[in-house]
Amino acid sequence: MKKTGAQILCESLIREGVEVIFGILGGAILPIYDAFSQYPQIRRILVRHEQAAAHAADAYARVTHKVGVCVATSGPGATNLVTGIANAYMDSSSMVAITGQVARPFIGKDAFQETDITGITLPITKHNYFVSDTTELAKTIREAFYIASTRRPGPVLIDIPRDVQQEEVEFVYPEKIDLPGYKFVSRGHSVQIKRAAKLINEAERPVIIAGRGVIISQAYAELQELAEKAQIPVVNTLLGIGSFPGQHILNFGMVGMHGMAHANMAVQHADLIIAVGMRFDDRATANTKGFAPHAQIIHIDIDPAEIGKNIPVDVPIVGDVRSVVKAINREIRHGQHLDWLSQLDQWRQEHPSLEAGEDRALLPQYVIRQIYEATQGDATVVTGIGQNQMWAAQHFVYTKPNSLISSGGLGTMGFELPAAIGAKVGRPEDVVWCIAGDGGLQMTIQELATIAQENLAIKIAIINNGFLGMVRQWQELFYGRRYVDTKLWNPDFTKIAEAYSIPGVRVNHREEIAPAIQKAMDHSGSFLIDFVVEPEENVYPMVPPGESLSQILQMPKTEVVSSC
Amino acid sequence: MPNTKHILVALVEDKPGVLTRVASLFRRRGFNIQSLAVGHSEQPGLSRMTIVVSGDSAEVEQVRKQLDKLINVMRVSDITEEDTVARELSLIKVKATTSTRNEIIQIVDVFRANVIDVASDSLTVEVTGDENKVSSLFELLRGFGIKEMARTGTVALTRGGIS
Repeated sequence: MKKTGAQILCESLIREGVEVIFGILGGAILPIYDAFSQYPQIRRILVRHEQAAAHAADAYARVTHKVGVCVATSGPGATNLVTGIANAYMDSSSMVAITGQVARPFIGKDAFQETDITGITLPITKHNYFVSDTTELAKTIREAFYIASTRRPGPVLIDIPRDVQQEEVEFVYPEKIDLPGYKFVSRGHSVQIKRAAKLINEAERPVIIAGRGVIISQAYAELQELAEKAQIPVVNTLLGIGSFPGQHILNFGMVGMHGMAHANMAVQHADLIIAVGMRFDDRATANTKGFAPHAQIIHIDIDPAEIGKNIPVDVPIVGDVRSVVKAINREIRHGQHLDWLSQLDQWRQEHPSLEAGEDRALLPQYVIRQIYEATQGDATVVTGIGQNQMWAAQHFVYTKPNSLISSGGLGTMGFELPAAIGAKVGRPEDVVWCIAGDGGLQMTIQELATIAQENLAIKIAIINNGFLGMVRQWQELFYGRRYVDTKLWNPDFTKIAEAYSIPGVRVNHREEIAPAIQKAMDHSGSFLIDFVVEPEENVYPMVPPGESLSQILQMPKTEVVSSC
Repeated sequence: MPNTKHILVALVEDKPGVLTRVASLFRRRGFNIQSLAVGHSEQPGLSRMTIVVSGDSAEVEQVRKQLDKLINVMRVSDITEEDTVARELSLIKVKATTSTRNEIIQIVDVFRANVIDVASDSLTVEVTGDENKVSSLFELLRGFGIKEMARTGTVALTRGGIS
């Protein structure tokens, strides 16, 4: 049956199980949007800036384990997606971005709103396509969804010229995919698995570092079995938070630059590191030269290029985390590491990492803890970047799997609000808390309109310190307190929210925190709380840039109080 | 680890943009390509790229893995350590006068190269061989004055079997 390119796209999206797309239209994507009128089963979320479409699709993908789809027009529409695509690429989020392009006769003529978006996104997509032949469109979409969602997930962009959208061709959705260059190793090598099991059985001070790969692979039960069976403490990367229950006795919290002191000390004293679905990002390892100096390293990752990229490893295992950990679990013995675990507990007591001063008025850490108390962890938390993100990572207990959505690799300010939209659309039953910075929020604040138009219930907590807080912290600690351009004049955020029909309150005093959070929870729709927190509160612990994980700055003193 | 020369051989899809993808990846990961040669392979629809890079083994292994991740790359291998045949071709236009022409031709013969064009003031020489041979001939001819040179990158195959 003959269909237009636009109809073929819609038919293909339905066959791929797409229920929702995030986007904004424009001239070069108009035929596709026109076709959407015939396909009401595809929900459309109209955002106010294409960056938001990409972040929302990214977060939607993270919470649903489906492919997130964003749509934009050519030229500026497509280039506005770029930050969001880069974000999804860095955090291995499965996304398909669809862009309109000028009609084929205009390609290369610098036509109105023509941009070489496949060229621009080459290094930030897992793969991308320019559809020059309408008969190839269905096959391209099939491949794009397959590539985006399998192996190590990532964004795939499809650029579709306007006349391809309009041209009628025979529509057949291919059943088979033929991608000989796309190799797939899901089961780990049995010899390496046996070697890993042997090291685990023999280790005296093992530590598991769990990353986002555990969440992508949904290997929660397998990871828990590994930790419990061999009695191995688990630490998380930022994006690994939510891979292992936050309240579990073997969970020792986040590792890295703002990780728990005891978690970092565990890594530095370990004789075996079991890195599960993580990529030794520099924020997790600090200076790699001093990383885990006494440990042998087992690295489990589905991407062979991650093995040995940042840290030399002793036992590389390429494969899907779930299948590999399952195989390891069959090989290992029940173990006990009582001395090691009590050592970690002792470090936790001696170097408390979650302290917040009691005498001060309104501390950001306290806000996060109160949100945890109010939700008991039964929420999806979406954060911005910087201090708000670190406090949200440290002080909320993530009891539910995959309950923290954050921009890890790219560190994109402005991620929080659009990502909260994607998370809420993906998990309509969940309470979604958007932990925003006063700086970051203003980078995508226009999405309050999307929230209002879609009638989404998102609880927004602004950690408002009147600064670009993390940068200010660096200026304070490493640039002689010269606060160049980090001080922000801020609007009255509650009035802004009100203008978007979203109620809100400003909180200036500590005793108002809990009632405000309760009010937000009790309200059926979106609600904004502007927490005016201590302006110069710092995130601790902190490993200064360039140092190893052994050099931990603790609160409240800013010198190194624990060196391990 | 010491920087050494590595020869990577990649079988890639013969599609628009594939060369850009490969070149972009080298640029992004901070690798210098010493030479790159692309042409059809024995399989229809597939091209063979021979890429010569310099780096330590871990770096080159990383770039090989990154290349292998490209969807349009079917297979890539580092054949440096293998028993290979590697050749490149060079065209050298060298200044020649009546007094130097014979001497140049003698040198060309020793290298089993060919004179493929003769002009009143120059000779154009075609030489095929490994990198050293081509470089040596170039050095010898340099004394006569090189007007122009064009050099392909290395192309390489493993000996026997199938790489």
